[in-house]
Amino acid sequence: MSGSEVAFAIFTALALGGALVALFERSVVRSAFAMFGTFMGVAGLYLTLGADFLAMTQVLIYAGGIMVLYLFGLMLTKPSRYERNLRRIGLGAALAGGLALILLVKLFGGMNGSVPGPDELPAPEPTAEAIGLAFLRADEWLFAFEFASVLLLATLVGAVYIARRRPEPRSEEAA
Amino acid sequence: MGLEAYLFVSLLLFVIGLVMAAARRSLIYVLIGLELILNAANLNLVAFQRFHPESGLDGQIGAIFVIILAAAEAAIALAIVLNVFSRFGSIRPDDMNTLRD
Repeated sequence: MSGSEVAFAIFTALALGGALVALFERSVVRSAFAMFGTFMGVAGLYLTLGADFLAMTQVLIYAGGIMVLYLFGLMLTKPSRYERNLRRIGLGAALAGGLALILLVKLFGGMNGSVPGPDELPAPEPTAEAIGLAFLRADEWLFAFEFASVLLLATLVGAVYIARRRPEPRSEEAA
Repeated sequence: MGLEAYLFVSLLLFVIGLVMAAARRSLIYVLIGLELILNAANLNLVAFQRFHPESGLDGQIGAIFVIILAAAEAAIALAIVLNVFSRFGSIRPDDMNTLRD
């Protein structure tokens, strides 16, 4: 096995192992921590695909931001134990398995020989500068970039407003 | 590794995320499943971009936009989860069974 195959195997094991632990772990907090492994594994897979800037973004935003946000959400709500509902998991697994089968047939049945093998690809180059320039060029992604920043601002203002509003506890009397 | 290997890993991540979202143990759990699904989609984007070098960087830029939207979604969803908790006293989707007060 070459070095890139070893790296692919390690990162795949990290990503899928973390996801499986998150799926079958009884405690939701432990599930959330297992997701760190998944996000790190996916970041490593990005690295093996030559997407260095995206890998760093994944570590910073997913592992450093979004999962911490979820941990806060878990700790601000009641930390109760959740049963592992096997019937539900079975139902979801049946649904997901059927979908996966369809996707497998579609993907690998529709694939023809036009995809280059891993050895025919050009060597990956650093992408941070190219991505930054693409974001700032008016004929490429400038509008989408500005739109995303306005969207983030509006989202965060809205999140603060929603989170600060305290609704009345549900009244139990009959209407 | 070839494109098929990445697509297969992404398919497995997507399926695990779908099962997590469908198992509905808690709202946080559903949201974590959605993040897994988004990650699987991102992995597909980057893999296709890598194996089609003539497409430039568009796949990676699309993945960055997905990450931006995932962050926005997480912030809003957590705010809603806090509200749901203060109203229903629990964040199990099964406990949310009223349309209004």
